[in-house]
Amino acid sequence: MILSADKLGFSYPDRPERIFSDLSLNIAAGEVVCVLGPNGVGKSTLLRCLAGLSQPNAGKVELDGRSMASLSRPEIARQLALVPQSHETVFAFCVRTVVEMGRAPHLGLFDVPGKEVTELALAALSTLGIGHLAEAAYTEISGGERQLVQIARVLVQAPKLMILDEPTAHLDFANQARFLALIRRLVETGLAVIFTTHAPDHAYTLADRTLVLSRDHPPAVGPTSKILTEETLSQTYGVPIRVIRSGNHITCVAEIDRE
Amino acid sequence: MPAPVHQKPTRSLAAVFLILLPVAIFLLSFLLGRYPVEPLTVIKVIAAQLLPVSPDWPPVVTSVVLDVRLPRVLAAMVVGGGLAIAGACYQGVFRNPLVSPFTLGVSAGAGFGAAAAILLFGERYATQACAFAFGLLAVAICFAMNRFFRLNSTIALVLGGVIVGSLFTALLSLLKYVADPNSKLPVIEFWLLGSLSSVSTADLVPVLTVTIPSVLGLLALRWRLNLLAMGDEQASIMGVEVARLRLAIILLSTLIAASAVSISGIIGWVGLVVPHLARILVGPDFRRLLPAALSLGACYLLIIDDVARTVTAAEVPLGILTALIGAPVFMLLLGRGRLGWA
Repeated sequence: MILSADKLGFSYPDRPERIFSDLSLNIAAGEVVCVLGPNGVGKSTLLRCLAGLSQPNAGKVELDGRSMASLSRPEIARQLALVPQSHETVFAFCVRTVVEMGRAPHLGLFDVPGKEVTELALAALSTLGIGHLAEAAYTEISGGERQLVQIARVLVQAPKLMILDEPTAHLDFANQARFLALIRRLVETGLAVIFTTHAPDHAYTLADRTLVLSRDHPPAVGPTSKILTEETLSQTYGVPIRVIRSGNHITCVAEIDRE
Repeated sequence: MPAPVHQKPTRSLAAVFLILLPVAIFLLSFLLGRYPVEPLTVIKVIAAQLLPVSPDWPPVVTSVVLDVRLPRVLAAMVVGGGLAIAGACYQGVFRNPLVSPFTLGVSAGAGFGAAAAILLFGERYATQACAFAFGLLAVAICFAMNRFFRLNSTIALVLGGVIVGSLFTALLSLLKYVADPNSKLPVIEFWLLGSLSSVSTADLVPVLTVTIPSVLGLLALRWRLNLLAMGDEQASIMGVEVARLRLAIILLSTLIAASAVSISGIIGWVGLVVPHLARILVGPDFRRLLPAALSLGACYLLIIDDVARTVTAAEVPLGILTALIGAPVFMLLLGRGRLGWA
């Protein structure tokens, strides 16, 4: 087990309501877990807890069998990497420099990345099909491109678990498909992936298991096709949703009346 | 497709420029002043300190070069380079273009410390020591406040700097109010305006002892600064112990700024403007930005000090000149949108 979360609960210090509680989740190498739920239900907060950036109020997170709270940031960063929903910086670093930064947890405090890290970075960029952006300014590329750069950074970081917060949010239709294919290739090499999304289709396509967060029900986790039923989806999002199967593909549509 | 930032050929050209420029200005600065000295003689006098060169120049030349001009030239370079590298680091840590090494109250604390020492002791070295100590104290209070109120944001730290700064400024005003207007007050005022006119080798020793290791420390952390500049969360994700690294960088930068102020008085603008100039020249990557800021800062203040001691008979204080030259330069950059900030 790479990551295991046991009975997590979280609430913000000055607000009484629980964001989530009694949430348990395990993930092993080569597994994909999708986190689904309406806006504001606490998906990003959960990911931050799993990545050790926020401390849960209840329960514990273990990374590779060791308590998250006892690990240093470099130790965590060698095991897991998070890609936030969006990222901005005021400094116009070039894309290659940003990707090279992913190597930090493997280097000493006073080390500077050498040629081999540059090569890793360029290889990661071309894996993601954005090799042409290597010398572009990180501040001037689009949000979708920045997200791909962040994923390239994760490849250089070489963790066992990649946590992605809405990785497809800024991607165009073709890039979404490319992205899903890329994740599948990475998973075949043994990488574990947790991602959030607003597209249940991506859960069907990619996720072995899905965790559903909703406001009125306790968190539910299980094999994607068993969890993502018309009933659960309709309940979670509060609108009638129909699941459509065609061949190997499963998709779903919200059936809101157009008057 | 976006244009590439900073190609390799311009990069090595910039490196050559940044190494040769301070050396050239360093040597030229010895030629300026009331007592004329030949360029070749300057090189010989300096070389004689390290190599066995038999002197073929009058002893007064040695005195002018080594005792009068050398401390001053070195002080200008150390203060200018130090404030510029500290400013670049502060701007990186706070991810804010309007931050300078004085943002957390170093200059206000040092001003108060210097004024108190002038009132109580009147000795040069006491003024220098108190300025340094109170400069550090002001920043320490900022951090203590941040910790006490459990604030974690860098913005809160900057606001803390504003509070501590105005507190020490008020205390300084109080000291000025009670100072003897015929003897002590002008000394305090002159110190606050910034000057290197009476720097001696003895004053320089403690400054160099603090500044050189601190600068080397910052240079050693130059790539880590890139990570920190990406944002706290992003840096954490990439395995940086953010709070510890930030503290280390602010501590080293503050040591540099406080020791600079202790010898020169309050010289503004260098720590704010020069990092921007350096960024225009070599880009935002701290691996190149820090050496560039160091070099440009040293050149900038040395030129200004040369102007201060040659152009006018009654020396214009440095703090005034840096602002008179710095403000229009900054305005020009701002107007042309060359600062590279969103």
